[in-house]
Amino acid sequence: MSKIKPQDLEKIRVRMARTMSLRDGDAQAKITVHMGTCGIAAGARKIMSALLAIVEEKDTKDIVVTTSGCAGLCSREPMMTVELKGQAPVKYIELDEEKTKKIFSDHVLSGKVVKEYALAIGSERVG
Amino acid sequence: MKSYRTHIMLCAGTGCVSNGSFKVKDALEREIQKHGLQDEVGVVMTGCNGFCAQGPVAVIKPDEIFYQFLSVDDIPHLVEEHFLKGRPVEKLMYIPPSEKAPVPKMGDIGFFGKQRLIALRNRGMIDPEVIDEYIARGGYSALVKALTKMKPRQVIEEIKQSGLRGRGGAGFPTGRKWELVAAAKGDKKYLVCNADEGDPGAFMDRSIIESDPHSILEGMVIGARATGASHGYVYIRHEYPLAHKRLIKAIAQAREYGLLGKDILGEGLDFDISIQQGAGAFVCGEETSLIASLQGDAPEPRVRPPFPAEHGVWGAPTNINNVETWANVPEIINKGAKWFAGIGTETSKGTKVFSVVGKVENTGLVEVPMGITLKEIVFDIGGGIPKGKKFKAVQTGGPSGGCIPASLLDLPIDYEKLAEVGSIMGSGGLIVMDEDTCMVDVARYFLEFLKDESCGKCTACREGIDVMHGILERICQGNGKEGDIEMLQELSEAVKDSSLCALGGTAPNPVLSTIQYFRDEYESHIKEKKCPAGVCKALITYTIDPEACKGCRLCAKNCPQDAITGEAKEPHIIDQDKCIKCGVCFDACKFDAVLVK
Repeated sequence: MSKIKPQDLEKIRVRMARTMSLRDGDAQAKITVHMGTCGIAAGARKIMSALLAIVEEKDTKDIVVTTSGCAGLCSREPMMTVELKGQAPVKYIELDEEKTKKIFSDHVLSGKVVKEYALAIGSERVG
Repeated sequence: MKSYRTHIMLCAGTGCVSNGSFKVKDALEREIQKHGLQDEVGVVMTGCNGFCAQGPVAVIKPDEIFYQFLSVDDIPHLVEEHFLKGRPVEKLMYIPPSEKAPVPKMGDIGFFGKQRLIALRNRGMIDPEVIDEYIARGGYSALVKALTKMKPRQVIEEIKQSGLRGRGGAGFPTGRKWELVAAAKGDKKYLVCNADEGDPGAFMDRSIIESDPHSILEGMVIGARATGASHGYVYIRHEYPLAHKRLIKAIAQAREYGLLGKDILGEGLDFDISIQQGAGAFVCGEETSLIASLQGDAPEPRVRPPFPAEHGVWGAPTNINNVETWANVPEIINKGAKWFAGIGTETSKGTKVFSVVGKVENTGLVEVPMGITLKEIVFDIGGGIPKGKKFKAVQTGGPSGGCIPASLLDLPIDYEKLAEVGSIMGSGGLIVMDEDTCMVDVARYFLEFLKDESCGKCTACREGIDVMHGILERICQGNGKEGDIEMLQELSEAVKDSSLCALGGTAPNPVLSTIQYFRDEYESHIKEKKCPAGVCKALITYTIDPEACKGCRLCAKNCPQDAITGEAKEPHIIDQDKCIKCGVCFDACKFDAVLVK
């Protein structure tokens, strides 16, 4: 570390942005990989690893990748839900690494739903 | 830093650390490794989260799930369920008193919902030992603003306009203080951060340093810009090892980045900070005593004027502010005086940090806007009184604060309102008392503390508190006599009037306020030789209600004096000559058959 100038503070902020957006909870996109026993058995871990690798590679700043339990459709696992800020969540089914990459670049980064892999738009009503 | 998908923000404030949070950390890392999640899930040790009663606590990001009472045994299940399978673990979540369903999200928990964080803006959000995390949350941008866009005069004006007042207790306007030091003549000027938090049960300043040490450093460098000071001291008590350690680390990091030292940020300001440890004497909270201690002298206050602004550390103009005051400064510079002045009441702006302790469900550290009522703090944030007991009083301002009764629960908190009812803001200690608290005993307890802590310089404080304590001791032992209350009141005035510093000046507060609001309790002690709350041992007797007693022998087995006799399944009897009134039988009885009178 060397002495910094006022403009260097901004560089530190940019470098730390992904770490901090995770804590602020106001990310642009949230990707949930369903990791129930069924999901894990069907290969959800590979999907998770692939996603984290892409996030790392593309150096995206405000995308949150998280896990949740079984989505209730065990026969169509591995599944994930993509939720862009202000838009309805989209569930994707029967994923593999290739499909995950395509969904990431088309839907997460460009906002275009990949219809051929999607199960449905929206979620169940809760309560 | 690695790009984790989840951060476990595990509290590493002193409270949680003493409940084992570092052991929990090791267990978490072990289990995370075991499941191969070490590149996905990161453990971040934060400063005090505030909900100390439930510690060790953790907040999971980005899900915002709040977990409490974590133990090493819970961790394998937690990691497998939440971090591998994505199923939050209900049994580790917070359940509000008198409810059954857990509240998963931190923001939905009443304790957090009513708080507004300014001084504690980064608590639980950053690792206090990583300067980059502070910078990422906007840290040191106020310093850049003060150095590049504002003249020293404008910085002072901004603080003045904000209405910020000293958070150490006296409530002197901070901007005015800065102005005096800036105007004082002298080639060398000093800043001091007063971290000698001496009130029993108060831990605001410790927690701020533990959770966000850079906020204080940044505030002080801005203060240096405004006043022309070239060196700063943080005066911190020896009992705060974790805060001390984090402060040392923060200063080293700030120096490496050139945020302390010569030519700060290349903008020509020279300012450095060193740490001075105190031995933990209550009187060192007073400015002139603190300065004496800082210089290696006995910590005794001296006559003012001259005020420290003219004649302070080593005789040079000195500005002393409390930890919380300094922590507010960067936010005011960043967001502006108007924003800050928009929060709070007519005379007291911004927020105040309180440590809520005593007979309350949710003990912990809270930051609330000025003007919030005592009721909101005790019941909405504090969760009310445990075991369905009745609220009796709340003491604000530490040992020399007053006790405020239930009838004044709707009082909005600010400096003036608290003074009007005979208490003080103090540094922010808030002790809740329930119906089982004897107010005479409380006054006796605080005077015992103050008697020990008086430095002895002023006769009225040294002798007066001692005599007052003696009278209270006598009343609690059943030897009170007619005229004691009046004598206490008279002595109170004398101690207040003839003491140099605030220690003596406020010491009678607990006595005067308890006499004012709970005079009947004093009278029962003195006239009827009874302690209505059942606390003062000399005035109570333990008896067994023969109707309620089932003869289970539990009390007899537990009695250390073998004072309880009786056959099994027959009512028992306490031998009053042997009884030492320890209350073990009362606690042991499952049928409420032991009575205290």
